[in-house]
Amino acid sequence: MKFTKLLATAAVALGLATSAFAQDKTKVGFVYVGPVGDGGWTYEHNKARLAVEAEFGDKVETTFVESVPEGADAERVMTQMALQGADLIFTTSFGYMDPTINVAKKFPDVKFEHATGYKTAENVSVYSARFYEGRAIQGHIAGKMTESNVIGYIGSFPIPEVIRGMNSAFIHARKANPDVQFKIVWAYTWFDPAKEADAAKVLIEQGADVILQHTDSTAPLAAAAAAGNIIGFGQASDMAEFADGPRVSSIIDDWAPYYIARVKAVMDGTWETKSTWDGIGAGMVGIGEITDRVPADVKAEALALKDALASGEYHAFTGPINKQDGSAWLAEGEVADDGTLAGMNFFVEGIEGDIPQ
Amino acid sequence: MDLSAINPALLLASLLVAATPILLAGIGELVVERAGVLNLGVEGMMITGAICGFMATIVTGSPVFGFVFAAIGGATLAFLFALLTQYALANQVASGLALTLFGLGLSSLLGQDYVGLKPPSTPKLDIPFLSDLPFIGTVLFNHDIIVYLGIALVALVWAALKYSRIGLILRAVGENHDAAHALGYKVVRIRVLAIMFGGACAGLGGAYISLIRVPQWTEGMTAGAGWIALALVVFASWKPWRVLLGAWLFGGVTVLQLNLQAAGVAIPVEFLSMSPYIITIVVLVIMSADKSRAPASLGRIFHASS
Repeated sequence: MKFTKLLATAAVALGLATSAFAQDKTKVGFVYVGPVGDGGWTYEHNKARLAVEAEFGDKVETTFVESVPEGADAERVMTQMALQGADLIFTTSFGYMDPTINVAKKFPDVKFEHATGYKTAENVSVYSARFYEGRAIQGHIAGKMTESNVIGYIGSFPIPEVIRGMNSAFIHARKANPDVQFKIVWAYTWFDPAKEADAAKVLIEQGADVILQHTDSTAPLAAAAAAGNIIGFGQASDMAEFADGPRVSSIIDDWAPYYIARVKAVMDGTWETKSTWDGIGAGMVGIGEITDRVPADVKAEALALKDALASGEYHAFTGPINKQDGSAWLAEGEVADDGTLAGMNFFVEGIEGDIPQ
Repeated sequence: MDLSAINPALLLASLLVAATPILLAGIGELVVERAGVLNLGVEGMMITGAICGFMATIVTGSPVFGFVFAAIGGATLAFLFALLTQYALANQVASGLALTLFGLGLSSLLGQDYVGLKPPSTPKLDIPFLSDLPFIGTVLFNHDIIVYLGIALVALVWAALKYSRIGLILRAVGENHDAAHALGYKVVRIRVLAIMFGGACAGLGGAYISLIRVPQWTEGMTAGAGWIALALVVFASWKPWRVLLGAWLFGGVTVLQLNLQAAGVAIPVEFLSMSPYIITIVVLVIMSADKSRAPASLGRIFHASS
């Protein structure tokens, strides 16, 4: 037998052996948009994957593919996972929405969970966190602490998720400080440390002394640290390694409880399509420790805001709020409904600049 | 819209910084391609240089040592490519792509313990008088030494290719390796050295991102800069000064478009975002309308007996 043929036979045998062995395991696949070491978004999803493994031990087998571009590549990766016998696949970026729906059609027996999207199907659930609640707290701290009254905001893509965060941060920054202005830069990437750092530097050069980011890496914080006397926030993950520098607080995504619950549902056969959107109250959004750089009274206000958001007694989008063009959106005391929030495609009054369409 | 928020001196200064990684990687790849070898592994060598330089800087505390180590790291990875393509006669395109994948994987493995660390900052050149000049001082004389190294390398490569004997031999090998071999030049040895030079330059470029431009280590942090450097060499028609021009254009428009966005200029952001790529390509394509062409032996495998 030729060597290559021998290898091929061995590989097939091995493949058979593992698939036979894995019959009673629940296979869970994860598709990541960045590397697991990004220190932010993907890092937290991977942490939750490890929590699933820790919870179920031998009963579960997880696989992941990192740095998967949003688009046709994502579809290939998901198809591959489904062909390899995955029972449940988590697709963890907004841009995987249509690929997820497409692949789900081809594999009706495989369950899909898509993060931050809004399209569901018989075997596709969506889940997201109310990050805008955390943005409200960031906005408050930013508004109180800025001295130049210019807050820089690095956006990734103009999708509802990001726009919602900008609006929420802006509303609360203005409440804390009526003179505040936002300068917004769209990076058109979730992960490109050099570009994110450049964007942060540009904003700082143009007078911003607070940097908010909606991209996945810690590069903007590193740039802020290098520039000195600038504050920023951890995004998606605690980013506590910058706590003695620019990072004054953070929004932490905690996916572990949800992932564990959903894997359990697949194991028990009780999985069904649902849309989950949890916030601070349910623990899906965490607020990282507010450092001593924030004055005590501001910290107390921020924590009070956090408690009010968690208990549901205050909603981050409570009227009166006008849209950017001045038309009324929410009347006094009115609270935004989830439908509008989920598809949010407008800025609120006071933010300058257009949303790229 | 408030254009006065943009400070032209700072803009030009950050142009030089943004251009340096792709300039270094590009000029290295130019030498490799002029020697007749197509190494698509620039991205892999860059990221390997980024982590090697970062590790060395953290361990020794010296950015200078970091850059040296980054060059060594990049050259080592390039040597692997040289072994495959020059001695084992493997396909250059496939080997180069594999080198990128390998470099990305290797760097995240090496970098496991270095996530979230802060490297000591690289000192900026502070020339008495010159650095204090208004405008010109900020733009030209207030950078770290690597920025100048990049420009010096371009000049050096240009002069070497055009005027020196070594350059002539390198070009001969790249244009017609059989003829160069018949003349008694060691084609394989020259190519191996060129490949390692390219790797060292790419390593420097990568380390510039992890040590100065960002500065921190994050997996996959070069995020495609290597591919841009590769494209730059082609669009620059394998001419050193055009690589410099292309890198400055690309870096400049990248920084400019972020500035315009932050200043709230009413140009659709999509256009601003794609502008670095389009403007660089258009300008370099127009310039390459003269009779420039690729080195004739580019990508062809050389074996002395065939």
